[in-house]
Amino acid sequence: MLTPDKTLIYRHHEGHKGPHSHPHPHPHGGGVDTQRSGSREIKVVRRVLDANDMMAARNRELFAAKQIFVLNVMSSPGSGKTTTLRKTLSHLMPGLRCAVIVGDICTTIDADRLAESGAPVVQINTDAFGGDCHLAAHVIERALAGLDLDAIDVLIVENIGNLVCPAEFDIGEDKRVVILSVTEGEDKPAKYPLMFRECDAMLLNKIDLLPHLEYDVQATLSSVAQIHPGMPVFQISAKTGEGFEAWLAWLAAEVDAKRKR
Amino acid sequence: MHEMGIAMDILRIVQESIPAEMAGSKVQRVNLKVGKLSAIVPESLRFCFNVVAANTAAEGAELAVEEVPVVARCNDCGHAWTIDEAVFVCPKCRGARIEMLSGRELDIVSIELSEEEGDHADPR
Repeated sequence: MLTPDKTLIYRHHEGHKGPHSHPHPHPHGGGVDTQRSGSREIKVVRRVLDANDMMAARNRELFAAKQIFVLNVMSSPGSGKTTTLRKTLSHLMPGLRCAVIVGDICTTIDADRLAESGAPVVQINTDAFGGDCHLAAHVIERALAGLDLDAIDVLIVENIGNLVCPAEFDIGEDKRVVILSVTEGEDKPAKYPLMFRECDAMLLNKIDLLPHLEYDVQATLSSVAQIHPGMPVFQISAKTGEGFEAWLAWLAAEVDAKRKR
Repeated sequence: MHEMGIAMDILRIVQESIPAEMAGSKVQRVNLKVGKLSAIVPESLRFCFNVVAANTAAEGAELAVEEVPVVARCNDCGHAWTIDEAVFVCPKCRGARIEMLSGRELDIVSIELSEEEGDHADPR
């Protein structure tokens, strides 16, 4: 990954080298190497999101220094993120000191619901940041100012409800979890493969509704197994608490694993 | 969906990449590589870039987007292939330990600057 410090800027006659030279085959086209008269090409070779990546790396260092495990929770709107997190917090606390950063475009409804758990909650409304569809690393950094990092073991980030954009932005988290609910359709993983590729675990929520739906759990599991083979999938009901043992055990093991590092 | 933010990042990097001796040149073209797995819609990105680049050295610059296919390699059998649908399992050995070789790019490869007549630029 490139950072601005490692940015290479060199003239095109120096040839094609540097961190961009990688062994895989891909077509060189798009006019990259063509020169029109009267213009000069300046090689740049930088990731567009390098500023976010750097800020995420800084967040990650801070979390490591403070020994905080950070979970990035993503899903589409209405999949039950907040209800799932409330239930999760009720099991984790008070054994683990938890805090939550919750992102929404508008309102503090989710923060109010999460605050009932007793965990400190920071609400981010991204309309102040241009109505963004995801939480970026610098937004998380700003939100951290509202938390006592010495009094937190686990920080849960409830990302903006969206299966597309949050997958693209590293925020410095340790693990990523995607929640899919059985009211959303079996085809979601195949429609949003990046999200399901990028996550470390998946929660299939609202299984208490299965008797009322024609939802094919097996089709979802098969699809996920093709997109991200080996990713653990936990079938849960945030409403009834069904299936939470396995999910909580996975989470506890991940928190432990970070502490031992 | 976040093309406006991406366009602003692109503009920032473009501005940082103009060499001091070419300050004042107009950016004619920005060459990008965008992996097919990235959550970017090139048309939206072009629209947003036109907006943010107004009144800058990159005003009117063309965004040339090279789409990069999703290429994976199987760590079990070494087979490499292009992924066209959402299946990330080796088609040869059904192995699941795969490595992504490309498809996640969102990179600025280069910028093309105008070299105007009478400029003090090098004599090429």
